[in-house]
Amino acid sequence: MKATPPLPSLPRPSVPLLSYVTSTIGRKTLVAITGLMLFGFVIMHLAGNLLIYQGPAALNEYAAFLKSKPAVVWAGRIGLLGALSVHLWGTLSLAARNRSARPVGYRMRRTIVSTLSSRTMVLTGFTILAFVVYHLLHFTVGVTHPDHHALVEATATGTRHDVFAMVVAGFREPVVASIYIVAQVMLAVHLSHGVASTVQTLGFNHPTFTPLVKRGGITVAVLLALGNGSIPIAVLAGWIGGNA
Amino acid sequence: MRLTLEVWRQLDAQTAGMFETYEVPDASEHMSFLELLDHLNESLVRDGQEPIAFDSDCREGICGMCSLVVNGVPHGPQRATTVCQLHMREFNDGDRIVVEPWRAGPFPVIRDLVVDRTSFDRIIEAGGYVAVNTGGAPDANAVPIGKDEADIAFQAAVCIGCGACVAACKNASAMLFVSAKVAQFAHLPQGQPERKRRVRDMVGQMDREGFGGCTNTYDCEGACPKEIPVRFIAEMNRGFLAAKITE
Repeated sequence: MKATPPLPSLPRPSVPLLSYVTSTIGRKTLVAITGLMLFGFVIMHLAGNLLIYQGPAALNEYAAFLKSKPAVVWAGRIGLLGALSVHLWGTLSLAARNRSARPVGYRMRRTIVSTLSSRTMVLTGFTILAFVVYHLLHFTVGVTHPDHHALVEATATGTRHDVFAMVVAGFREPVVASIYIVAQVMLAVHLSHGVASTVQTLGFNHPTFTPLVKRGGITVAVLLALGNGSIPIAVLAGWIGGNA
Repeated sequence: MRLTLEVWRQLDAQTAGMFETYEVPDASEHMSFLELLDHLNESLVRDGQEPIAFDSDCREGICGMCSLVVNGVPHGPQRATTVCQLHMREFNDGDRIVVEPWRAGPFPVIRDLVVDRTSFDRIIEAGGYVAVNTGGAPDANAVPIGKDEADIAFQAAVCIGCGACVAACKNASAMLFVSAKVAQFAHLPQGQPERKRRVRDMVGQMDREGFGGCTNTYDCEGACPKEIPVRFIAEMNRGFLAAKITE
């Protein structure tokens, strides 16, 4: 048998990986990676939030600790903003492409195995984004309720931001509390598809582990929403901060 | 059986199409769906009307030509079945059935229910083959391939290229098709020399044809008459990154 001549080497791209990140697969991979970063943040955020069940001292001390490390906080904020920007760019540019890939639609279309959450990622994503903007204006910047944001707690050395009182005052308003609860439902729906989807996009699919990842993703999504959503419910019920 | 069909009629790619309603008073439950259309066409021809154009070839579920969206599902309501193997006993007397062509920008309608799927051919031309000189036909079992790997390669190779995955996908994405055509060689020794350039070039051509991206909704897997699993899409995602990194 005649030996096969070696194949010529592949041409080198001018900018490494540029054609990867502009391909549909590459953009989706960036969406998956940034999605996982945001998912990691949401878990850390929940851990911080749950300190409210330990009482004012624990939560306010944690808040003061974060405030004492501005470099870390700002690095995190810039990282999250970057991840969010790439997540949005990837999904929106792909969604526009996906819509234009079917210029004439079906008169009748039935889904076969797809889930509602997988088909509504843009809708749930935008609802969460709108909520995040409101949430930052509410608790971080203090625009929507400046009186709550100005609450301080006396300490041995002076005063510190009373996060506990701010949260309790905010969630005692049923409209505010329901915005937070609805946002958590949307987050759960988004992540119940999103978490398992990132694993597939990053190239892992296994007959045994993929079903576990799917169930695990949904479980974590629901636990996240229950953990966060329990706080406004507990405030409204008077379990946190007592009855108004 | 008495059936009412709403069928997409379109003269050519340039002309706008519309739905026409047809009554079929004497359908048999033993007819395949394509035989129902043959039956309807015979009566249309008798009445001096243009018959409905639709694709078909083998009519035994292995060629990938038939391509009808029946009541909103590519190849109709029966899972793992091409529309030529779908029989009217799956329907009820008096049913109203909507029949549409595959809908995707890269699959323009040629006429009525016939779409142009040469975009798939161009993806295959971009790398869906083994071009290296492998000499004469080797002895059987001269190249040992593990049973598991052979089964996976075969699972991908059963793709008939019908395009139901594209038709079912809410994004009109061709990822299931392309990933099967990549995987059928990626799991065999003969496919190794060109493995990286194959996935790179086929994905590149897929994107150039204007197919949508994958959002992991998996209706493609549900619509596939050969039940090709979406694990090949994950494999292709991995292989495409590996090919690009080492480019």
